[in-house]
Amino acid sequence: MPADKLIFDPVSPVSQEDEAPHPVARKKVRFWIDGREVVAEEGISVLEAAHRVGIEIPSLCYLKNINEIGACRVCLVEIEGARNLQAACVYPVSAGLKVRTSTPRVLRARRTVVELLLSDHHRECTNCIRNLNCELQHLADTLGIRNIRFTGETSNYPIFNKNPFIVRDYNKCIKCRRCEAICSKVQEVHVYSAQNRGFDTVIAPAFMKDLAEVACITCGQCVIACPTASLVEKECIDEVWQALADPDKYVVVQTAPSIQVTLGEVFGLPVGTVVTGKLVASLRRLGFDRVFATDFTADLTIMEEAHELLERLDGRGGPLPLLSSCSPGWIKFCEHFYPEFIPNLSTCKSPHEMFGAITKTYFAQKEGLDPKKIVVVAVMPCTAKKFEASRPEMGSGDWKDVDFVLTTRELARMIRQAGLNFRQLPDEEYDTPLGIASGAGTIFGATGGVVEAAVRTAYAITHGREMGVIDFEEFRGISGVKEAWVELKGRRIKVAIAHGTGNARKVLDRMKAGEQFDYVEIMACPGGCVGGGGQPIFGSRDHKEISLDYRHNRADALYRIDYSRRIRLSHENPAVQKIYAEFLGAPLSETANKLLHTHYTPRGPLPGYAVNPVQ
Amino acid sequence: MITSTSDLLNIQQQHLPLIEARLGREEAAGEHQILVCAGTGCSSSGSHGLREELKKQVEAHQLQEKVKIIKTGCFGFCKLGPIAVVYPEGIFYCRVRKEDAAALVKGLASGQVITRLLYRDPATGHQPRRMEEIHFFQAQHRIALRNCGLINPEDINEYIARDGYQALAEALTRRPEEIIAAISASGLRGRGGAGFPTGRKWELMAAAPGRPRYVVCNADEGDPGAFMDRSILEGDPHSVLEGMAIAGYATGARQGYVYVRAEYPIAVDRLERAIRQARRAGLLGDNIFGTGFSFNIEIRLGAGAFVCGEETALLRSIEGRRGEPRPRPPYPAQAGLWGKPTVVNNVETLANVPVIIRKGAEWYASFGTKGSKGTKVFSLAGSINNTGLIEVPMGTTLREIIFGIGGGIPGGKKFKAVQTGGPSGGCLPEEMLDTPVDYEALTAAGSIMGSGGLIVMDESDCMVDIARFYLEFSQDESCGRCTPCRVGTKRLLEILKRITSGEGTMDDLKLLEDLSHDVKEASLCGLGQTAPNPILSTLRYFRHEYEAHVRDKYCPAGVCRNLTRRPVLH
Repeated sequence: MPADKLIFDPVSPVSQEDEAPHPVARKKVRFWIDGREVVAEEGISVLEAAHRVGIEIPSLCYLKNINEIGACRVCLVEIEGARNLQAACVYPVSAGLKVRTSTPRVLRARRTVVELLLSDHHRECTNCIRNLNCELQHLADTLGIRNIRFTGETSNYPIFNKNPFIVRDYNKCIKCRRCEAICSKVQEVHVYSAQNRGFDTVIAPAFMKDLAEVACITCGQCVIACPTASLVEKECIDEVWQALADPDKYVVVQTAPSIQVTLGEVFGLPVGTVVTGKLVASLRRLGFDRVFATDFTADLTIMEEAHELLERLDGRGGPLPLLSSCSPGWIKFCEHFYPEFIPNLSTCKSPHEMFGAITKTYFAQKEGLDPKKIVVVAVMPCTAKKFEASRPEMGSGDWKDVDFVLTTRELARMIRQAGLNFRQLPDEEYDTPLGIASGAGTIFGATGGVVEAAVRTAYAITHGREMGVIDFEEFRGISGVKEAWVELKGRRIKVAIAHGTGNARKVLDRMKAGEQFDYVEIMACPGGCVGGGGQPIFGSRDHKEISLDYRHNRADALYRIDYSRRIRLSHENPAVQKIYAEFLGAPLSETANKLLHTHYTPRGPLPGYAVNPVQ
Repeated sequence: MITSTSDLLNIQQQHLPLIEARLGREEAAGEHQILVCAGTGCSSSGSHGLREELKKQVEAHQLQEKVKIIKTGCFGFCKLGPIAVVYPEGIFYCRVRKEDAAALVKGLASGQVITRLLYRDPATGHQPRRMEEIHFFQAQHRIALRNCGLINPEDINEYIARDGYQALAEALTRRPEEIIAAISASGLRGRGGAGFPTGRKWELMAAAPGRPRYVVCNADEGDPGAFMDRSILEGDPHSVLEGMAIAGYATGARQGYVYVRAEYPIAVDRLERAIRQARRAGLLGDNIFGTGFSFNIEIRLGAGAFVCGEETALLRSIEGRRGEPRPRPPYPAQAGLWGKPTVVNNVETLANVPVIIRKGAEWYASFGTKGSKGTKVFSLAGSINNTGLIEVPMGTTLREIIFGIGGGIPGGKKFKAVQTGGPSGGCLPEEMLDTPVDYEALTAAGSIMGSGGLIVMDESDCMVDIARFYLEFSQDESCGRCTPCRVGTKRLLEILKRITSGEGTMDDLKLLEDLSHDVKEASLCGLGQTAPNPILSTLRYFRHEYEAHVRDKYCPAGVCRNLTRRPVLH
């Protein structure tokens, strides 16, 4: 990087802000777990301390740093001197503590607790979406429950599935409140809360409204957090199979950048394994007519958004800061809670919607296809994109830009249904032209990726020549809010990056208080798309997939792909250059505006608006 | 405005004669006082109308200068309300109707006693005239209830005349740690039920870092049949406020909250008045007694959840959140209201504090047993003659409370069980009646001290049905946060319903017992941890009744509707 040209100056105090609730280094104490001496920091939980010495205390409601409420009572242990059994997830260790984790008394109580949960759980494991991937099922297995002694009344609620993104089945809810915790504490959206009491308690949106009727941002973090199938994505696998089987339809699939680094997890590959080739191969075998990459339209997004940024820096085309718009969860968050910043939102559609629009126009013309016969399927890490696809503004009068959105999980299910041995598939290449992407388009899948890609391009546009190395390490990583100064168009612009809408609030509130930013990237999900609500879920005991470290392992794989690419700048993507030459003209042209840009709807934080049903 | 101890003593001197006359210590100089109970019990039996009528009669006879009508808190003799006492003679009238007012006022001049309104001992037929001559009162020792039925709870001056706020004045001349030491030495334990040593709680709070700090008075009395705290708040609210201010001084808090149920409108009203008066008098607010100590109290109303009596749920509720408990540690003393050090004490506990400071720890500790010092207030309910409110020294036996003070079972019925501690307590049979009222003794017997509700059952009560009643209550009041309580109490109730409807099996009995133990051990808070007590204690002492329901499909008490046909005996 030519240091004289590019000033890069991370703003340290705020960018270091972290989620860690106990930042103070604690003194170490000596205590005993099952007769073994253990030394650990005072005040960490018994559960955590036991985990470190290889004892896995079963738990259910516990989500490290997110939901530490000791409510489910599965992780009970004996503490010497305490009258009752104690929840290991919230019991702090102290000097001299004596813990017993598997006495008959403990095992009996744990079994009873899980039996009680099962006695009010709609047990239909064989046809349940979380079969073999359910924490409750796993727990029953771990504890060796062979008989449920309790019978009686069970919850009997209708299934809430009227919205296009998330299905709520209260009959499978075990009141662990992880959905409530992640929605309130991490996302700060506060959709869920406990209502009624005792056996009638439900964890639900206000007045048990459907998620479509409240200020839900559709991010799906609750789905990721749910240990059972009480919260799941609205599936559209059957519709996709049907389209594939229809000889009249031309079915085009696009995959979001992050899918290639997460899908492998479902098939037993380590976190962060890049499976781009097998992903493409599997989609071809499922019968898609063309297999394209959303990374391509991510590049397109950068072309449009970078020009938008430059325009706004010139004082044209809207207020500063420019707020990124590719995360539909964030868009809905903004519409609900910060409608005053709607003019700041980039008008760019999110990349998969741009893809749909381009496919049904440019691609259809090129291939001589009837756009009405084209079915665009998007494989996304995201439940919000299911909602986004249902927005009336996403399409022309004749078609929807994107017809079906599959989550990573749904694609994995289809691969299984088709009997494909994923790990043995050959590596294949995306189809052209909409499968050609730069590294910049690919890093969209991680927090900071959009800003990094846009700055790469904006910098190149303004400086009119190529840069050397274009890695912005400071935009990467798991800090909740990252900030930096970048020199563009002869001025220093202030950039901020936030992921998780709780962090977004921090930046937006500072904007409200008058602080100046020029360009802000916001991703609804912690970690960005790699942590999306449509990504693989594992019912593992330590819930590591929820953690930011885990999500960042996925992000690292995206950066590895970026490094390996020959083209790492969006404007250098030859397919992008071609589409402008052949079809769009220039960024922000009339055609571009019509197809690639959109508008937003202010919504109150309260219920009362309608959502257009999808499909 | 009271700014010094001498101001306080001046007010006391001014109002003392009125009180002294009630206590029979001073010549009344021809003046009469008619005290009319304005507690909840007597209010619902018509004491308000009586009071109005008395006033009218006094005016009609132009006796305003010579006769004062004074409203008081609860005398404790609730079953025989409305209660009215005429001073200086001290004549104790029961069941006084509005219609009796004329005769009452007329009798004042002539000194004539209206015999038909006197209490009649059901056993002997004897009609004592004065309170002190009635065994119900004789056998009591009133510390927490010292002013109930004696002073007008709506007049701070009457409280001051009864040495009110002198303990606070004195406490402010001593160091906080001395106050805590005195409370510790007195042996006072939490009267809300758990019996945690109050001095120790204050000590923990005093040692915890952090500001601001809070004193919270738990007035969310919720046990069915319990009305101890309600009566104290209605009869002597200042004793609680003074206790809170002393607690605040001892633990470094400057702000207090009384968390009281909205279902206690009279108590709330009297508290509001008391706080207003104390503030106006300078006994709450800034720079109390010119010492630089400041303390304010606000009221927070509970919306009717039993679980909010649990301290962590109560604190959440004050914060404006759903009242749900959280695991301890950390204890409220370390991280309470808004995460700050908070001491949570029950109404009765706090009402004892001023007396302990004034009369000394040693004096207080001279009452009671080895581990349970002082006195305890009980509300007597159920199948008992003297339904009402009593206060006895710890160590008094259940037999004395029920058959002595309580006057036994009405209608010649046979005693079956006494339930202490409400839904968290247990039922004790006849053979346990000599158990002394003592935290450890009651726990060992299979019940708990609880907050002081005491419900007597006779031979016409079915113990399985009683257990079902309490479980119905507990499962309804479960907040739903933890599994054992949310689902466990539901399943317990379902098993009990099976048994009382004749569908129970012997396996159900085992399941009931096993699950009861597990819910007790595994629940998050006191509600779940104690909810199975009514089942466990009835299984322990009345197993034969369960077995009759299950094996013979027969309810011996004839309560369970499906099971009233006596089995054929071969």
